[in-house]
Amino acid sequence: MASYSTNEFKGGLKVLLDGAPCSIVENELVKPGKGQAFNRVKLKNLKTGRVLEKTFKSGESVEAADVMEIDMEYVYTDGEFWHFMKTDGSFEQQGANADAITDAKDWLKEQDVYEITLFNGEILNVVPPKFVELEIVETDPGLKGDTAQGGSKPATLSTGAVVRVPLFIDQGEVIRVDTRSGEYVSRAKSE
Amino acid sequence: MPDWKPSASLSNLRKRAELNQKVRSFFSERNVLEVETPLLSEAASTDLHLESFQTTSHHYLQTSPEFFMKRLIASGVGDCYQICKAFRVEEKSSRHNPEFSILEWYRSGLDDTQLISEVADFIASLISFESIEIRSYQEWFENILDINPHSASIKDLVDACYKQGAASCDTWSRDELLDFLISIAIEPVLPRQSLCFITHYPASQAALSRKELNVNGYSVARRFEAYLGGLELANGYWELTDAEEQEARFKEDLAMRQAAGKELVPYDQKLIAALEAGAPNMSGVALGLDRLYMLALNTNKISEVISFSD
Repeated sequence: MASYSTNEFKGGLKVLLDGAPCSIVENELVKPGKGQAFNRVKLKNLKTGRVLEKTFKSGESVEAADVMEIDMEYVYTDGEFWHFMKTDGSFEQQGANADAITDAKDWLKEQDVYEITLFNGEILNVVPPKFVELEIVETDPGLKGDTAQGGSKPATLSTGAVVRVPLFIDQGEVIRVDTRSGEYVSRAKSE
Repeated sequence: MPDWKPSASLSNLRKRAELNQKVRSFFSERNVLEVETPLLSEAASTDLHLESFQTTSHHYLQTSPEFFMKRLIASGVGDCYQICKAFRVEEKSSRHNPEFSILEWYRSGLDDTQLISEVADFIASLISFESIEIRSYQEWFENILDINPHSASIKDLVDACYKQGAASCDTWSRDELLDFLISIAIEPVLPRQSLCFITHYPASQAALSRKELNVNGYSVARRFEAYLGGLELANGYWELTDAEEQEARFKEDLAMRQAAGKELVPYDQKLIAALEAGAPNMSGVALGLDRLYMLALNTNKISEVISFSD
């Protein structure tokens, strides 16, 4: 099993802590006046998203977590799993469970490419692209002549997510959304 | 283009020069002689937790000027102080730099308790603080963690370490467990506005200080550490001057280094010879000058008080 010594610790390094894959967020050297040095480390549990603080004896080794980040294309869901396909030409597919797609669920669109975190070959997390283009399936009709005053209204997207859009946007239009803030950016440019 | 500029502001560097002047006048007013000793030596610190830089000419950069200064004192130079650079491998953080400035001084006829009050006077000459708190290692442990560091079982210490966020400490030694608790659970909660001293360390952490049995029958070391504003500032000893015991401690250190798979460095036989020839009863202290200046210049980054950080 691969492992890392505390002096290799740095942000982004993936290690196993009590069997759970974690990513190092912050690493600080702590030393008493004389005596043993320690590394006080902030880690993010990649399964739960929780950040915890743990202290290691400097020089100790910690098991590396077999974590990989790859791009995969969203294909479909069968209600229990969300299936993604490798983009390397292998067409190999893999299912993600509900926990893994929490961050991406509102922004899933077939054939879009997502950043997938694999742990021991299983999908641990799905990160949506920064911007997605989705169709509005339901919103109140735009009020003609009212557009100059601005204002916004809720619109339901094809994924079920609800975002606020300007009054002039109509049902059936495709819009660009910032997935980090969940905010409307613009009308999608027609190709 | 490489970043060639100093890490400290020029204004901090000018203030640093003024602080250096104040340090020197504190000691000249007390008739303590300024000395200079080599940074390169054929001997190195044997401390299990200190790593010395080694040169291609088989010299070691000194981790502190202690051995040379004690040799000067054994030769009769009297009370002396030094401001110099010291070097420690792999010590780098917001408050560590591999090359840093030490202020070290020795007072004959003083024990650690008396030197503590001079350390307090010295720090007060540069920085203001609200009060002085002097407590033994045992008292700090009992007050903050409700643990007696001398009598607690290994299991109690392991439990306490887990409670304080140790990742995995079942195999740690007693001193490692204690080091963890003092640096993770005690140091951060020492009153920041007070100059705090931790005295009477467990004998296993005596380093180069005298050991004794205290009134409760625990074996303790006459060693102290000073803390202010969340920073460890100084480490002092009522100095061990017994040549035979000094040599035994060097050898013990080396045995521990060997067990830990660390490099076996040559210990300073000239120091042993100097102590054999005779040294006065004395106390000495090493103070991290950069840290003190961080407090005086109100910054929490060592890079902002040294011209070029590593």
